Amino acid sequence: MTNLSKQEALVQYAAQIGDNGLIIGHRMSEWCFRAPSIEMEMALMNCALDLIGQARELYTYAAKLDGTGKTEDDFAYLRDEKDFRNLLLAEVPNGDWGDTIVRLFFMSAYNKLFFTALTKSTDEELAAIGAKSLKEVTYHLRFSSEWLIRLGDGTDESHERVQKSINDLWAYTGELFTMTDGEKMLLEEGIAVDTAALKPEWDQIVTDVLTQATLSRPENKWAHKGGKAEGIHTESFGYIIADMQFMQRRYPGCSW
Amino acid sequence: MYGDTSIQKPIKIAEPTSEEQARLEELFQQKIDDNIKIEPQEWMPDAYRKTLVRQMSQHAHSEVIGMQPEGNWLTRAPSLRRKVILLAKIQDEGGHGLYIYAAAETLGTSRAEMIEQLQSGKAKYSSIFNYPALTWADMGTIGWLVDGAAITNQVALSRGSYGPYSRAMIRICKEESFHQRQGYELLLTLSKGTKEQKEMLQESVNRFWWPSLMMFGPNDADSPHSAQSLKWKIKKKSNDQLRQEFIDATVPQAEFLGITLPDPDLKWNEERGHYDYGEIDWEEFGNVIKGNGPCNKQRIAAHVKAHEDGAWVREAAAAYAEKQQNKDVA
Repeated sequence: MTNLSKQEALVQYAAQIGDNGLIIGHRMSEWCFRAPSIEMEMALMNCALDLIGQARELYTYAAKLDGTGKTEDDFAYLRDEKDFRNLLLAEVPNGDWGDTIVRLFFMSAYNKLFFTALTKSTDEELAAIGAKSLKEVTYHLRFSSEWLIRLGDGTDESHERVQKSINDLWAYTGELFTMTDGEKMLLEEGIAVDTAALKPEWDQIVTDVLTQATLSRPENKWAHKGGKAEGIHTESFGYIIADMQFMQRRYPGCSW
Repeated sequence: MYGDTSIQKPIKIAEPTSEEQARLEELFQQKIDDNIKIEPQEWMPDAYRKTLVRQMSQHAHSEVIGMQPEGNWLTRAPSLRRKVILLAKIQDEGGHGLYIYAAAETLGTSRAEMIEQLQSGKAKYSSIFNYPALTWADMGTIGWLVDGAAITNQVALSRGSYGPYSRAMIRICKEESFHQRQGYELLLTLSKGTKEQKEMLQESVNRFWWPSLMMFGPNDADSPHSAQSLKWKIKKKSNDQLRQEFIDATVPQAEFLGITLPDPDLKWNEERGHYDYGEIDWEEFGNVIKGNGPCNKQRIAAHVKAHEDGAWVREAAAAYAEKQQNKDVA
C-alpha cells in the first residue's frame, strides 16, 4: 500500500479532483471566439467557469490541509507536470465541436456520479464541495447529452464525425474507474469515493444517451492510464502548463 | 446561432403619398422632441431605421470581435481569480452581442445578414479591437479605458430615442461599469507591484490611450452622420462632448495609478473647466478603419474560421430540430 499519511493522501485527493476541473475548464476556455455560435460559446464559458470554480475550492481546501501557507494559485501555477493528477480525458486537446462535446459528456456523466457519492463523504468540507458541484455538473451532463443527441441524430456528416469522436475518446474512459493507493486508503475512512463502483451506472447513462443519439458504443476495452495515478500525461499536457504558468514563471512572487 | 435566426420582415404596406409622408415625419419628430420612445411596430423614416441598424449592428459586432483580444489572454491569466473574472467578462460581452443583435432584428435585419456584412467588411466594428492585446496589463487597460470610453458613449445611448436599443443600453451599462472597475482594480494591483509590473502598466496605457480617444469617432466638424442623429436622438451628445467627458473623468484616475498619459498637451484649463488635449492622429484612425490596423485581417479571419468550422454543427442542429418537428406533427 501507500506510504502516504492520511493527511498527505487527503491533500492529494482534494488537489487531484481540483486538477480535473482546472484542466478541463482550461480546455473549454480555449474555445473562446472559436465556437460555432455565440450561444454555444457562452455555454462553454459557463461550464469553464463552473469547473475552474470547483478547482479553486478544492485547491483552497488542499492548501488549508497542507498547512504550509500555500494558496490555490500554488497548486495551479507552481506545480510541475508530474504533480498534476487529472484524468487524461480532461486534458486531451479539444478537437472539433463533436470531440469537445463527447469529452464533456463522458466527463460529466462521471462527475455527476462522483459528486453525488462525494456528498456522502465523512469529510464535511469535501461533502459540501460535492453538493455544490453536483448542481453544476448535472447541467453540464444535460447540455452535453442534448448536443450528443443532436449531432448523432442530425446529418450524416455529424453522425459520422461524432461517432469518430466517441471511438477516439473511448480509450480514455477506462481511467475514470481506477483507484490510486491514496484513494483506497481514504475509502476505508469513508472519505473518498469508490470510483470503481461508479462504472455500472456510468455505463447505463452512456448507453442510454448513445442509443437516443443513434450512435454505437465501442467494443474496445483498452484504457489509457497514468495521469491520475502517476502524473504521466499526454504530450499535449506540457503545452497547457507552459501556457497557463507562463506569467507566474516569468514574474515569480508577484501579486496579480 | 449566427446563421439560424430567421425573423419576419415587416409587412409591406402601400407607400404613403408625399403629403402623408410629410405628416408622418412631422409626427415622428414630435414624438422624439417629446422624449417618447420609438417602438419597433411604429412608423419611422427609412433613414432612421438604416442609421439604427448600422449603429446597433456595429455595436453588436464590437462586443463579439472584442472577445478576441481578451480571449487571447484567457489561458495565460496569472491567477485563478483573474482567470474566472476574465472568463465572466468575456461571457458578458457575448451576452451583450446577442442582446443587441436581437434589438437590431426588431428593425427587420436578421442576425445572419448582419454577420454576413461583418465578414464581408461592409459593416464595421469598433476600431479599438484592431489593436493587439500584447501583455497581461492590456486586460486591465481594456477594461479601464476601452470599457470606460464605451460606457461614456452608452450612458448617452441609454437615453436614445429607439426603445429596444435604449433599454438594452441600460442593462449593458451596468455590466460594463463593473468591467471597468475590475479593469482598474487589475491596474491598481500592478501599480503597487514590482518595477516590471509598473512598467507593464505604463507601456500598456501608452499603447491604448490614443486609440481609446478615437473610439468617440471623428471631430464633430468631420462627423458625417452626427447632425441628423442628434436631431433624431439616436445620439444624445456629440463625439467631441463625449470625448471631453471621458478625458476629464480619466485623467485623475491615471494620476491615482501613478502613471502618465502619452500626451504632452494634456493639461487642465481653468477657464474652460476641462482638460485640453493634443491633436488625435486622424490619419491612423482612417487607416485602421480602412483595414490597415495591426489586427483587422486576423480579427475577421478568426470570425470567418469559427463560422465555417461550425457550419456542420449548425446544420446538424437544424436537421435534428426539423426531425423533431416532423415527429411532433406525425
